[in-house]
Amino acid sequence: MAQHTFRVNGEAVTVDVADDVRLLWVLRDVLGITGPKYGCGINVCKACTSHINGKAFNPCSVQVKDVGPDDEITTIEGLPDTVGADLHPMQEAWLERDVAQCGYCQPGQIMAAVALVHQVQAGGRQITDDDLDGIRNVCRCGTYNRIREAVRDGAARM
Amino acid sequence: MSRRSFLGFVIAGTTLTVAAEVGGAPPASAAVPTAPQVAELYDLGDLQTHSALPTSQLIRITVDDHGLAHFAIPRMEVGQGITTAASMIIADELSMRVEDVRVTLAPARPELVFNQLTGGSNTMESMFTPIRVAAAVARGALLQAAATALGATVSSLVVKGGVVTAPDGSTRTYAALSGAAASSTTTAVRVELAPTSSFDVVGTPRGRVDALEAVTGRKRFTMDLDVPGALPTMVCRPPTLNGSPRSVDNLSAVRAMPGVTDVVVVDTGVAVRAETFGQCIDAVRALRVTWAGGPVEGESDDTVLNRLKAAELPMAVPKVPLLTQTVDMRFEFMFRSSAALEPNCAIADVRDDHATVWAGLKAPIVAQRNIAKALGLPIAQVAVNVVTGGGSFGHKLFGDAAIEAATISRAMGKPVKLMWHRADEPRQGRTHPMATSRIRATLLAGEVLTFEQRHTSVRTDFSHGLGERLTAMAAELPAGLGNLGLAESIFTLTQELPYDFGVVTQLLDEVDMGFNTGSMRNIYSPDVACANELFIDQLARKMRKDPLAFRLAFLRSERVKACLRKVAEVGQWGRAMPTGTAQGIAVHSEYKGATAVLVEIDCRPETVGRQVRDAVTGPRVTRAVIAIDAGLVVNPLGLEAQMMGGVSDGIALALTSSNHLVDGHFLEASWDNYFYTRQWNVPPSFECVVMPSDASLPGGAGEAGVAASVAATACAYARATGTVPTRFPVNHGTVSFTPKTFVPPVPPSPTDGLAHTY
Repeated sequence: MAQHTFRVNGEAVTVDVADDVRLLWVLRDVLGITGPKYGCGINVCKACTSHINGKAFNPCSVQVKDVGPDDEITTIEGLPDTVGADLHPMQEAWLERDVAQCGYCQPGQIMAAVALVHQVQAGGRQITDDDLDGIRNVCRCGTYNRIREAVRDGAARM
Repeated sequence: MSRRSFLGFVIAGTTLTVAAEVGGAPPASAAVPTAPQVAELYDLGDLQTHSALPTSQLIRITVDDHGLAHFAIPRMEVGQGITTAASMIIADELSMRVEDVRVTLAPARPELVFNQLTGGSNTMESMFTPIRVAAAVARGALLQAAATALGATVSSLVVKGGVVTAPDGSTRTYAALSGAAASSTTTAVRVELAPTSSFDVVGTPRGRVDALEAVTGRKRFTMDLDVPGALPTMVCRPPTLNGSPRSVDNLSAVRAMPGVTDVVVVDTGVAVRAETFGQCIDAVRALRVTWAGGPVEGESDDTVLNRLKAAELPMAVPKVPLLTQTVDMRFEFMFRSSAALEPNCAIADVRDDHATVWAGLKAPIVAQRNIAKALGLPIAQVAVNVVTGGGSFGHKLFGDAAIEAATISRAMGKPVKLMWHRADEPRQGRTHPMATSRIRATLLAGEVLTFEQRHTSVRTDFSHGLGERLTAMAAELPAGLGNLGLAESIFTLTQELPYDFGVVTQLLDEVDMGFNTGSMRNIYSPDVACANELFIDQLARKMRKDPLAFRLAFLRSERVKACLRKVAEVGQWGRAMPTGTAQGIAVHSEYKGATAVLVEIDCRPETVGRQVRDAVTGPRVTRAVIAIDAGLVVNPLGLEAQMMGGVSDGIALALTSSNHLVDGHFLEASWDNYFYTRQWNVPPSFECVVMPSDASLPGGAGEAGVAASVAATACAYARATGTVPTRFPVNHGTVSFTPKTFVPPVPPSPTDGLAHTY
């Protein structure tokens, strides 16, 4: 066991857990932060997508020892705080389009969408069909078209 | 529609609680005419609805002293939107805000007998009227109390937003009336339901009641529940399907691994409990187990196909005149995984004399019984809580994870939170069975004289309660069904061929080989409709007719025709398209409704060959138009969502998603092997048309979009490539991935996540 300190959703946390435990389980099983979901554990389904220092990543594939005291992890629970509002504009777009069906993949979809829009906007571009085709998050309910509409809508609000 | 009268009950209590009584099952027809088909007269939905009726008076709605209406629906929400629809129905009947209705999922209630199964797209069909009656009884009691309090007659009162207003302008809220409306005795009351034309909420588009929770990460699934002491638990599973553990070489070493608290051998494998799921995965990978092979050891796709071929029932074309033309085709459908994104999971806390289980269960009464049996406890000592599911697609009809979790909890003597690894799902989880479909038709002078279909399938497991319903309702079933086996009965109750093709026979035969199967979304229909509609395109070609014109000429249902005309119009059927691309069009009729789908597909080499890492790309459906007549529509926004999902499923079933059986095990282990539709396969253009309907009851929606979508995609593929595919999905012949290890049964967790940020 070893102590690991990093920041989650604006707060410093210290956990006592073996070095190699993947961050997804530190978040879910140790810290009780359940927004990031397990869907595969091998960085394929993207249901656990969260942000590290503002960039999308998958905590199922990061050992806790690889994050440090200065690393800021943002999960879906902390997303609204990044814009100082009750809801992030992407979440509002999601609600307006009634995107969710079962909802299981939705935290990961939204976190991926926000990072994609940041990336595209940083390049001075608009979201294209190719950008949307490149979203790897699985939605087994198949509500992909509403996801596409909401990403464009959310981008316009960001 | 005229007002209909129903009996309800005001239940004794301190706040208002009411129940519905909807009466016994209506009589079914005494005989089955040669045409129409059985499913047109009496379908699987009727069977479920009628078997649920005798216990419908046990459906209760409570209005509390905060003015909130509570209803624990005896069905399971898995994303299909029934909690939203039920909230809308209650809000409408009680003239209150949808936001003030709380619909939760009822735990297993054995007294409901046949009235707690979520399947067959039957929830709205079976519950629409019972919910309305219960809400109307509550409304009546609240208005009676208001009349007393306000000194006015009931008929003079106006209700809006849960506030009752008298002619003099004085008001009372439901919150204030709840106590006064309560009764100290249980009283029967007669209520009249308003005509469906008077709905304010039902029929209007409405966002999901749990949408905010879903987008904020607050929605709780089974694995998100915090049950004291229920530590993460996983199972090291055998390398062959349904194999079993013989011995473990390194039990004590694994028990000493970091975080591990318990390791026990159970029937299905070796269970590991640890502080985190990550440590469970490490322990599962470390276990050295000697396994006994399972019932399908050594079997492969080809050996199963051979078994199916040998079981195919012969055709029996009646005597037809000379000069007829015969068309014969045979189609094959591979195994498919019905796994949802939320893997199988359950929490179990088993003590000496009682057990509590939390899981996503569509048949919780059956699960409760099976858990009690596995534990040797009385049913009354097993509490089964139904948790909202992260998808189902038929997967959660069975209590596999709940039974396994209870068994492990008892063996360890501790509460457990069991999760299947993703790799366990396609390899050991429920599948849609492999099947073949043979069709023969005879044609003469522009008419179809006969149409025969022989569907042959690996056995579908219906042990989640449909069989008991069939037995219980035997007297109500149309004549002839009583002589059929269970699967054949369900096949007959679900299959409608909506065309006038003379003498039509559709038969099912099954082969039981010990696979883990189940009713994947839409049961037999995706395969049957795909075969039929591809075949019908070939009939049209033989007769030199356009696929749309041919269908319109032979369809006998006006509802199906209306859907077909609509997609043809919206999708511009027959528009000029480049070589290598094409349109496909198909219909389906089930669940008291009809669907038609038009797709456009791009099979040009530059599209088929596009590269996406760890993905199957292939032909791209570029446009999909679906029209649905689902009878009375409660929530068009939710219905459209179900159609969108149905189209996504249909594309996957036609083009990309299957399990490969090799040497007794399925090769697939995750979403980079099992190719469900992903964004790069999605049609950039999707349109759904909800058809107007004057039906007085809802039909089914959850599964209704799948069958015609598979079929239209297959038809478009055939027209674009000039080759009629006969094995589905069309890419099954190519294994486009390196299979992950079978020993250990789960892949290692990667460590390079920070190299892939964006």
